[in-house]
Amino acid sequence: MTLKSSSKEKSVGVLGMGSFGTAIANILAEKSKVIAFARRAEVVDEINHEHKVNGVSINPSIKGTQDPEFLCKNCDTIFIMVPSAAFQEVIRSFSPYLYPYHLVIHGTKGLCLNLPEGKTLAEVQKIKRENILTMSELILKETVAIRVGCLAGPNLARELYLGQPAATVVASKYNEVILEGQRLLRTDKFQVYGNSDIVGVELSGVLKNIIAIAAGALAGMGLGENAKGLLISRGMVELVYLGNALGGSLKSFIGLAGIGDLVTTCNSTLSRNYTVGYRLAQGEKLEEIQANMEEVAEGINTIRLMKAFVEGTGMRAPITENLYKVLFEDLKIEEALQYLMKYPFNVDVDFL
Amino acid sequence: MAEEYIKHQYEPILPQKDEWPVVKLSKTRKDFVRKVAEASKKSVLEITGNNIGLLKEELETTLYREKLRIKQNPWAVDPDDEHNFWRQVKHVLVQTSSDPHLNKSQKKKKYLEILDNITMRYAEEIASNFVHTHYKVTRRMVTFGFSRLLNAARVKGIKSIYSNQFTLQDKIQIVGETDQIRELASKGTIVMVPTHFSNLDSILIGWVISVLGLPPFIYGAGLNLFNIGIFAYFMNALGAYKVDRRKKNLLYLETLKTYSSESIQFGVHSLFFPGGTRSRSGLIEKKLKLGLLSTAVEAQRGNYQSGANGVNGKVFIVPVTINYHFVLEAPSLIQEYLSITGQERYYKERDEFSTSYKISKFLVKFFTKGSDISVSIGKAMDVMGNYVDNTGNSFDRHGRKLDTRDYFVANGKITVDTQREEEYTHHLGRRIVEEFHMNNRVFSSHLVAFTAFQLIKKENKKLDLYNLLRLPEEDIFIVYVEFKEACEMVLNKIFELETQGKLQVAPHMRQDVDEIISHGLENVGMYHAKRPLIKNNNGNIETQDLSVLYFYHNRLIGYDLEKLF
Repeated sequence: MTLKSSSKEKSVGVLGMGSFGTAIANILAEKSKVIAFARRAEVVDEINHEHKVNGVSINPSIKGTQDPEFLCKNCDTIFIMVPSAAFQEVIRSFSPYLYPYHLVIHGTKGLCLNLPEGKTLAEVQKIKRENILTMSELILKETVAIRVGCLAGPNLARELYLGQPAATVVASKYNEVILEGQRLLRTDKFQVYGNSDIVGVELSGVLKNIIAIAAGALAGMGLGENAKGLLISRGMVELVYLGNALGGSLKSFIGLAGIGDLVTTCNSTLSRNYTVGYRLAQGEKLEEIQANMEEVAEGINTIRLMKAFVEGTGMRAPITENLYKVLFEDLKIEEALQYLMKYPFNVDVDFL
Repeated sequence: MAEEYIKHQYEPILPQKDEWPVVKLSKTRKDFVRKVAEASKKSVLEITGNNIGLLKEELETTLYREKLRIKQNPWAVDPDDEHNFWRQVKHVLVQTSSDPHLNKSQKKKKYLEILDNITMRYAEEIASNFVHTHYKVTRRMVTFGFSRLLNAARVKGIKSIYSNQFTLQDKIQIVGETDQIRELASKGTIVMVPTHFSNLDSILIGWVISVLGLPPFIYGAGLNLFNIGIFAYFMNALGAYKVDRRKKNLLYLETLKTYSSESIQFGVHSLFFPGGTRSRSGLIEKKLKLGLLSTAVEAQRGNYQSGANGVNGKVFIVPVTINYHFVLEAPSLIQEYLSITGQERYYKERDEFSTSYKISKFLVKFFTKGSDISVSIGKAMDVMGNYVDNTGNSFDRHGRKLDTRDYFVANGKITVDTQREEEYTHHLGRRIVEEFHMNNRVFSSHLVAFTAFQLIKKENKKLDLYNLLRLPEEDIFIVYVEFKEACEMVLNKIFELETQGKLQVAPHMRQDVDEIISHGLENVGMYHAKRPLIKNNNGNIETQDLSVLYFYHNRLIGYDLEKLF
């Protein structure tokens, strides 16, 4: 373990102590003082008194708080690790205490719908790029923080928690954010790469969840490794096309946060998105699946948004469109697969 | 027609000329030039990473390019000793690099001396020569001359020479946040960023600044303008510093940027045309030249570094849009634009303002032929694009007060981070473009030009832009009823956008559509030998020059109005 920094130095903030947030807080605590924010009082108590989250031990130096103002005052760098569904609410509660000197790095893999006041997705059906916000764009919209970054890559929380070797990408337009992220996160077992294409890196993390659901579905149908290889490669093509249309660069998609994360997620039988796909293939309905999942599968919301985006721009994204039909329009998963096998892709790779 | 503009007599905010920042600057000119040269030297050394090999390379490149420029593109304004100076630089450079007796630190010292000489020379060349008496004379001449011309043109008869019926403010309306800019000018440093469509703009803005009672602003004027004696006199009088577009070497560019940044830090109000040159397409600037803009961000950080706090030492960015019914240079501008975008053909920058004769002809035309101009002063922002109030405090979108200093703080201290400031400059550029679109005032002429061109385009859907513009003008006409209908449609959308705060509409647009149309037809590009739009004998709409029509039409691009067609 590296030496703790002097007591004068400010703490690092972590918002959200889900599985990923906890894992990151632990890594940060190896080098810095960490203040963790949780919304529920019992979680804060558990952190402060038992040094545990959900019964799992954490670094005892991590302090818990429910008070956004306290956290913002004591931290110059803040990691936001809350699920996308809660992101807007959390960021709004922090907004009054955030200042332009704060560096904000988030690790949330989701998108936010940005429609004109009083409209819903069901009403508008089709959406454009300006109706979609990545999490960093949401931070810029809701707060005065401008030096914003994101964290993405093949980072299964459980493996990080066990201290297995892994790597991540810190992306930001600002070099100082990347450098600070590297300084805080890098350990002997955790490698940190930098990337200036923040939107591309965010999108990689978001879009790969669609493919993860599909990977789960293939496994649920009892298909083997050939099918998975096919899916990952076609999924990659779709990810690149959608990602480009949303303003990400190809380089990011074939990097650690893109293909790296895609391969990991498609092989991780424990991931929520994979589970959704798996249980769909087992014949369960979406409502049943969602009813007994603790945390949200980001991929479901992503599919809904991307389908509306594809329709708004006149693009085609066969995997996303068919998964949408399976999830929301009662298309049988076997039929969807059949459709995909017949779809006239005739070029292997045409984006390079 | 009645146009309700408030005509104001503004008291000067600093009645004593000795209080004018630009006067203070000119009094300490020598020290200031020295300071600029030193700072430029430092930043060149930083860029070359204190690597003596790289520095030598930069010096050699500079020398090479300067010699080439002297040979290939000499101007009257170039100093006589130029040849000797560079020969001397060459001599020392060659000697130093080949001298076997010099050790590393001795060589470094020599190179630094050369660098010092060059930046000093550049700084001296760039620096403005503001002379207060010249400024006074010029201002009086401009105002007097303009209003004489104006009255002669509008009020018929010999007595009109002495008539004061019309003042310049009848012709050029100043609207928007005039009080705010006056308030802020005494609290911090203003950087005014106007749109740029015509060569008239710099004179126009100079006049606006003086009418508003503000002390003179300094601005970068192309060195080519100093080629003409009389122009050089005016430019110097107005506090212009010289920008030589021929010199593209690192040392020059750094010195130029440093000059601008240091002047802002000195507290001198500045004027940049952030589009760089005139908008050739007639579009409102979308991409800005960030070089000079970055000096505003840099200067703001510099002020905080030297201890400024709160409103004190703050830099305020004020976007200004200038709206014309006509742009004299429109035909040549659009031709250049089309030849650049259309065929990638090499073109040589034409200098329409090369002779005094042409300039006077232009001015006479401008003042004798009607047509009004409006200058809208936008809301002031800090260097991060946040709006500021009249006391100079910044506010975020949610109305929360914030401290601009925080943007430059890392770990509790002001830090210098050029990459960060580059991003901030991009951000500021985007904000300025947004403000330009919001402050744009729609004139009747913009409406008719836009509508007519869109109708012609719709009629010829299959043609691309270049083929469309090649259509013979005599084959094109639009039936008036159709035209009126389309104008109404666009107009409704424009009013809708106005209520959303996305653009502004001139008062003459609040009348009957037929009247708006005839006002627009009368005014659109009214100078040109070939008019972009006219009503023919059958009452239908015709064009005599499709490219120029396209130019005026472009003014309303950027609001998705074309989707109506």
